[in-house]
Amino acid sequence: MTKELIKGNIAFAEAALRAGLHAYFGYPITPQTEALEWLSARMPELGRAFVQAESELGAINMVYGAACTGVRTMTSSSGPGISLMQEGISYIAGSEIPVVIVNVMRGGPGLGNIAPAQGDYHQAVHGGGHGDYPRIVLAPANIQELIDLTYEAFDIAEKYRCLVFILIDGSMGQMMEPAELPPFREIKREAPVWATVGAKGRKPNLICSFNIDAEAHEVTNLRLMSRWNRVRKNEVRYKEYYVEDADYLVVGFGTSGRIALSAVREAREKGINVGLLRPISLSPFPEERLIALSEKVKGMLVVEMNAGQMLDDVISLTKGKCPIKFYGRPGGVVPMPEEILAQIQDLTSQPVPADIHPRDVWYDELVAELGLVFEE
Amino acid sequence: MTTQNVQYEETAIFTRPSSLTPAVTTYCPGCTHGVAHRLVAEVIDELGLRDTTIGVAPVGCAVFAFRFFDVDFVEAAHGRAPAMATGIKRSLPDRTVFTYQGDGDLVSIGMGEITHAAARGENITVIFINNANYGMTGGQMAPTTLPGQKTTSSPTGRDVELAGFPVQMAELIATLQGASYVVRRSLHTARHIRQAKKAILTAFQVQQAGLGFSMVELLSTCPTNWHMTPPDAMQWVEDNMIPAYPLGDYKVIDAVAKFNG
Repeated sequence: MTKELIKGNIAFAEAALRAGLHAYFGYPITPQTEALEWLSARMPELGRAFVQAESELGAINMVYGAACTGVRTMTSSSGPGISLMQEGISYIAGSEIPVVIVNVMRGGPGLGNIAPAQGDYHQAVHGGGHGDYPRIVLAPANIQELIDLTYEAFDIAEKYRCLVFILIDGSMGQMMEPAELPPFREIKREAPVWATVGAKGRKPNLICSFNIDAEAHEVTNLRLMSRWNRVRKNEVRYKEYYVEDADYLVVGFGTSGRIALSAVREAREKGINVGLLRPISLSPFPEERLIALSEKVKGMLVVEMNAGQMLDDVISLTKGKCPIKFYGRPGGVVPMPEEILAQIQDLTSQPVPADIHPRDVWYDELVAELGLVFEE
Repeated sequence: MTTQNVQYEETAIFTRPSSLTPAVTTYCPGCTHGVAHRLVAEVIDELGLRDTTIGVAPVGCAVFAFRFFDVDFVEAAHGRAPAMATGIKRSLPDRTVFTYQGDGDLVSIGMGEITHAAARGENITVIFINNANYGMTGGQMAPTTLPGQKTTSSPTGRDVELAGFPVQMAELIATLQGASYVVRRSLHTARHIRQAKKAILTAFQVQQAGLGFSMVELLSTCPTNWHMTPPDAMQWVEDNMIPAYPLGDYKVIDAVAKFNG
């Protein structure tokens, strides 16, 4: 295999196809539409199912139906569309069937804009649909990683019979990078025992998130948790850079982690002992590693393209073991490496206020920097 | 007194279709859901489809439909059954896929999904129960509630100035080019039940022949929420529902007409 120049949206679509994607249902939304377009040609030519649905609501429920037959099923969208899909996402989680969903995040809230953003972290990791349900969230930071994680996502989803989200942003969906696509995998022909494919030679199967008996549904909830405990043990992923001798740590995921890496390299050139932790699995979060590093470093800088969402998790995990600073650009603004470098320099040269929340410190600084005045 | 052991030869003339489970239904006395279930199960038996059929249950009175049919089932979110059926059918085109939906499910919250499934000509069968109210939640106004009809959310009768007019779903779906077989039948008399059975059979045959989207709308009774005895409810269908929802064939494409023929 050789590397080719490939666009993010097409890369994950083709990677899914090669992983054995049998059914795709989607709806056009910028900045992920190229995935839908790509699969609208590729799926039929391989004799696989493709429907451009009437809405994301239609798409996710088609996904739900196809996944009930035990085939590899995926949809992709961006923030507003993912919000509309939350009903089906909760049903899929409650029905314990494997599904892969790609969210190419854009600026929010509301219609927002089509610029890259990371404002859907909380929705993906903690929130979304109604009820208690864990889900796996993977956040690649380059096209090769996007390909590799999408390719593997179906195995993971099937292993734990759960939802796997691939969380990227508009810049990754739109950018082209040299990357290598994986080989084609055979489509599995044998349906899993739980699938609804017709009850030939057996009692009927039922796929259902509905249980009128509360005690029985509590058992379903606890079964989801037991599976999640296995996920937490087996599926933690992260990458770290220059952490061995680091006195300070930057934490960032996806594109903000990638931009932070440029800033960390520049800081290193200036003789600052700083490293980067880039969580890849946002759920399950690399908790142990983060806690271990928080005991080692003199301070942390959390960088995100939002108003501090992963920040909440970092604060709750590190429990004040080291001072934390935050830098974020919400609403579709992408931070420049120089901005992050300046934050690293601040972190290493000035004390971090101990009694003010990192988000409040950031807010005051950014609002002043932008010259904004909001009425009381 | 002596007892005599007499052997009678028994001939079953009326049995439960094998695609219907022996479970006691969750439907109210006098409700026609049970009749509709039986007709669908008879058709599945007669066409030999028990092993290859996947049903999609709705949210509403038929939310437990999976308990009553002896075939694979999935449970959809409210209104989304046609989208789920689309996903199943596209993944397994050689299986028979049907949805069973009420009027709140299909006409109100699921208007988008049913309309687009029909427009795409999805090769699925839809059994649509129209009883002019939301039964499961206790008799609220549905899009199919008649003008002036009292429900728990139209206590003085449906006021069309405030709540608009009933939706005639069979007529609406029949306007779509993708729909192949769209009819309305009723379940209020034995004669109408026989006609309904014939239509359900045709609808499943349409799917088997790969001819596309089929929907049978069935006018049904809801004695509990209509506050009527079952016979009065049957009469109410005749007197009030049929004038608003005329029975008939609204779309029968040539291929179906020939095949039905």
